[in-house]
Amino acid sequence: MSGTFIGMPAFPVAAREALDNAQQRRNLQHATQTIRDKRAAVVDEVDRWEELRVAGAAIKDHVLTHLDGYLVQLEESLTRAGATVHWARDAEEANRIVTALARETGTDEVVKVKSMTTQEIGLNEALEDAGIHAWETDLAELIVQLGRDRPSHILVPAIHRNRAEIREIFLREMGKVGTPAPEGLTSAPHELAESARRHLREKFLRAKVAISGANFAVAETGTLVVVESEGNGRMCLTLPETLISVVGIEKVLPTVADLDVFLKLLPRSSTGERMNPYTSTWTGVTPGDGPQQVHVVLLDNGRSDALADHVGRQALRCIRCSACLNVCPVYERVGGHAYGSVYPGPIGAVLNPQLRGTESPVDKSLPYASSLCGACFDVCPVRIEIPDLLVHLRTRVVDEKRGGLPSGEQLAMKGASWMFAEHTRWERAQRGAELGGRVLGKKDSIGRLPGPLSAWSDARDAPIPPGESFRTWWKRERGQG
Amino acid sequence: MRVALFATCFNDTMWPQTPKAVVTVLERLGVTVEFPLEQTCCGQMFTNTGYAREALPLVERFADVFGAYDAVVAPSGSCVGSIRHQHGTVARGCARPALAERAEAGARNVYELSELLVDVLGVTDVGATFPHRVTYHPTCHSLRMLRVADKPLRLLRAVRGIDLVELPGADQCCGFGGTFAMKNADTSVSMGSDKARHVRETEAEVLVAGDNSCLAHIGGLLHRQRAGVRVLHLAEVLASTERDFAADQELGAVASR
Ligand code: SF4
Repeated sequence: MSGTFIGMPAFPVAAREALDNAQQRRNLQHATQTIRDKRAAVVDEVDRWEELRVAGAAIKDHVLTHLDGYLVQLEESLTRAGATVHWARDAEEANRIVTALARETGTDEVVKVKSMTTQEIGLNEALEDAGIHAWETDLAELIVQLGRDRPSHILVPAIHRNRAEIREIFLREMGKVGTPAPEGLTSAPHELAESARRHLREKFLRAKVAISGANFAVAETGTLVVVESEGNGRMCLTLPETLISVVGIEKVLPTVADLDVFLKLLPRSSTGERMNPYTSTWTGVTPGDGPQQVHVVLLDNGRSDALADHVGRQALRCIRCSACLNVCPVYERVGGHAYGSVYPGPIGAVLNPQLRGTESPVDKSLPYASSLCGACFDVCPVRIEIPDLLVHLRTRVVDEKRGGLPSGEQLAMKGASWMFAEHTRWERAQRGAELGGRVLGKKDSIGRLPGPLSAWSDARDAPIPPGESFRTWWKRERGQG
Repeated sequence: MRVALFATCFNDTMWPQTPKAVVTVLERLGVTVEFPLEQTCCGQMFTNTGYAREALPLVERFADVFGAYDAVVAPSGSCVGSIRHQHGTVARGCARPALAERAEAGARNVYELSELLVDVLGVTDVGATFPHRVTYHPTCHSLRMLRVADKPLRLLRAVRGIDLVELPGADQCCGFGGTFAMKNADTSVSMGSDKARHVRETEAEVLVAGDNSCLAHIGGLLHRQRAGVRVLHLAEVLASTERDFAADQELGAVASR
């Protein structure tokens, strides 16, 4: 279970608030449109993009169906290379392991390279409780951390902020925790970047412990891979004495050769770049060079549950590129916070209910946070059928509610199904609509409607049923079928 | 050729003019249309809301009623998408593997209107006349589930007198999404409002699409805004002939200038 965003309201409620935030909507629309266009252009350059997607999906599916074997192989390879492997069933266990490892070094601060996995388990908060400060070193993560905010995008966590807001956060907060922002700071991008660089440099040079995630973990060699754009990852992975990497068990790839496919798919899908600026790989400990203590925490935290679902397991193919967020019309309007997790957007809508279960209001509502338009599937580099998964999870939510006192929706659905099961019943119901249509007569539409139908009619006029159905017309004109 | 018409429950009740238009177009092309009266609903609303068990009897009924036909046509991209893409899954999820196979075999003969016309009948010019300024919304399920590509546009381009203008952001979802329009009404309306704005930007008189449910959503917004834009199903445009417009030739001449 993730403790990160617990207590969130259901999606529709959170979405309504987000929709009212005009500034955020403009920021989001601008940012997603820009990345969307960049991605489309670089994907079009690749002749056999579809074949790459198929290959990516096939490798991931192969790993997922043989995960037990590959994980054992990964542990052996890592151990052989001088790393220490730890297994964590859930967030609590992972946080306990990492906190203990950091404590042992005697440090009270760690530097971090952006890691979805550590955000998923709420590691920063757990470290803070143990008196250890965790400094995020990605520009966007730094903005979110300093602003005491939550990330709202996988790749661009501060996507909902614009430059003016960032400048204000830097001026107000940097001095409280380290090197302050220069006094005359403007909102010019190079000035903002420079002030972040100076603030972070001090922390990099002092840190004894770094914490990372990994984009990929190669079973054959025990090699971990981090892909990033700013170079802060490389600093974290090479400067400190101790490196602790928290890696989801679904990140395994069989061989180094498999990286070929994913290092093509990932940067084009995520940042719209042909190649990402920094790809760091490390294999255990190299005496005299880089961290001399390397720990790898292999995290389950609901992944085995997802794996047990034959339809749902394809969500574990995800390489966190965020392409699906950038094309999602729902995400574009409400932003990431409404999804109540570090995994927002279409992938969040299918991943969170699988990792966390469907008990909480937000997890129950997430499978419904989509119009099923299908844009997410078209861009997903590993061909996750997100719309099918959403429908699959909706069925799970509905089925879990069965057996108790039926809700209004359940009664309506059961009643309608009973009616449609026999055309004679359906025709009888239709005659009611025909009658209604004749009563309402010449009006061409209906304005506001009462009760639950007001969800439709608050903003949309509703059509009036015609006085004669097609069926009635057909019988009158053509006799029987 | 004999073709069975699946009117869809929604059209049957709310938009009878659409299936009537399908009959008109097909008969004009020399096709014999049958309307099996035992038909009801494809179950899409149930499936997509998570009520697979409630959808099951409708999946079975559809297979029973339409399974024997060589070609079935429906004027709804989303219903055809559901039949082709979901009926098998629903049956399998309810532990009915034999029904799943029968449903999937039957679904191979079910076509959305533009597919039947272009792919099966090999026609793009259906002899229609529609002298108005028109813009076309491709609807997500036609575009991404059925991949009808430019078939509806090819049919529209062949219509005499039509002034077809491009819709900005055409491939963006209108926000209808079945029960999404109710469960996430605020987000749905936000998406629909952007769609409606783009429609108005085209200065079209008529918005055309292959799904009356999306059109009801966008049309409901346009109507509330008193935008003066009509929404029409593709079938109705294709059914229109010179005779329908004899009275307003002049308006047509102005609109298609
Ligand atoms: S689901 Fe696909 S598109 Fe979305 S983040 Fe994961 S890999 Fe990328």
